[in-house]
Amino acid sequence: MKTSVNIRVNGTLRTHDVEPRVLLVHFLRDLCGLTGTHVGCETTLCGACTVLLNGQAVKACTILAVQADGGEVTTIEGLASNGRLHPVQEAFWECHGLQCGFCTPGMILASVELLQHNPQPSREEIAHAIDGNLCRCTGYSHIIDAVQCAAKKMAQPGEAK
Amino acid sequence: MIPAAFDYLRPQTLEEAVNLLVQHGETAKLLAGGHSLIPALKLRLAQPKTVIDIGRIADLSYIREEDGRIAVGAMTTHRAIEASALLEEKCPLLPEVARHVGDVQVRNRGTLGGSLVHADPAADWPAAILALNAEVVTVGPKGPRVIAAKIFFIDLFQTALRPDEILREIRVPVTAKSVAYVKTVQRASGFAIAGVAVVVKAAAKTVSVGITGVAAKAYRATAVETKLAGQPLSAENIAAAAARAANRIEPLGDIHASAEYRAHLARLNTRRALGVAASRA
Repeated sequence: MKTSVNIRVNGTLRTHDVEPRVLLVHFLRDLCGLTGTHVGCETTLCGACTVLLNGQAVKACTILAVQADGGEVTTIEGLASNGRLHPVQEAFWECHGLQCGFCTPGMILASVELLQHNPQPSREEIAHAIDGNLCRCTGYSHIIDAVQCAAKKMAQPGEAK
Repeated sequence: MIPAAFDYLRPQTLEEAVNLLVQHGETAKLLAGGHSLIPALKLRLAQPKTVIDIGRIADLSYIREEDGRIAVGAMTTHRAIEASALLEEKCPLLPEVARHVGDVQVRNRGTLGGSLVHADPAADWPAAILALNAEVVTVGPKGPRVIAAKIFFIDLFQTALRPDEILREIRVPVTAKSVAYVKTVQRASGFAIAGVAVVVKAAAKTVSVGITGVAAKAYRATAVETKLAGQPLSAENIAAAAARAANRIEPLGDIHASAEYRAHLARLNTRRALGVAASRA
């Protein structure tokens, strides 16, 4: 039996009737058309499907859409504003924090969550924060550079947090 | 990976949840944070007819001091435990173990109660709950029940929880800083190959040791505890006691670690955890 699910996605209220077994990642990709949230391992390991749910980084492959009912979700599509990339997106670009790009949306959202509560993380703290995001290209070094670069950008007055 | 179809119920109170559990019996599964159940649903290892989501029940997520102990609500996330200043001060083993659970995203959703009732033999929490002599409080149709951690874990994925009961709260003692958790991790999954939690009570000259990941259920290493009772925690005494960490245990063997290697890691990590906890006394 289908249930009505209301989720505010990137500021827009999305209402869809879904079966309770529908995962949040499929709600976002198939029903909202937001395919920036990637499906990687589907086993809660790789972090490619990471989004923010009520401000916290979560793996959208391991949450039922009905569990997120009434909540607020931010996906990679929701980070840029007024045609300008989010500082974390800019930093990943400038520091070569990606190669194939498959892990990047999840990696960026995990980094955004980290910088919300720890604006000046050490390299070790960054590594701990992205422990749940796998990258098979970069060797992580440039990703950590990018998160540190984003932290510097966001520390400047007038930057988006 | 799509779960099999199920009916979804979302009770607003614990009483309502217990009634639904009684009504639907063993065809129903409780959904807490979902980080054990949803993977099992996706693999169709679990195919419940009904899922009862207890995630919206008020006042199941808290950490508070009561009567000289710390009470942790069953729906408290690993992340909330990791970040708790109260626990850092009064029961630092819990935040230390929390940092080892999964990853940030998993810790944001997964709950202490959910992990305990799932009773994965390689989960981190059982080691800590055993070493702390914790109690769990359940609620069922006949009212609340208090179960000691040492009799809570029955076997692989089996606990003393009855089919119509819900885990409501975990109670742990206030401890000194002389605690430690040392874990050999299975790198891909984050689960423990051998995780050892130690509580040193310096005044009483006793230690308690909980070990997870090694056998079909987490266990208290009583042979280690007996050997060290009343003894100074010298390197020699610790080494002699830790050598007994896998005594009378049938270690599991799999592609990640043979039974012999798990027993070795149980002894090694026990020695290391005792050393760390003693250094914090």
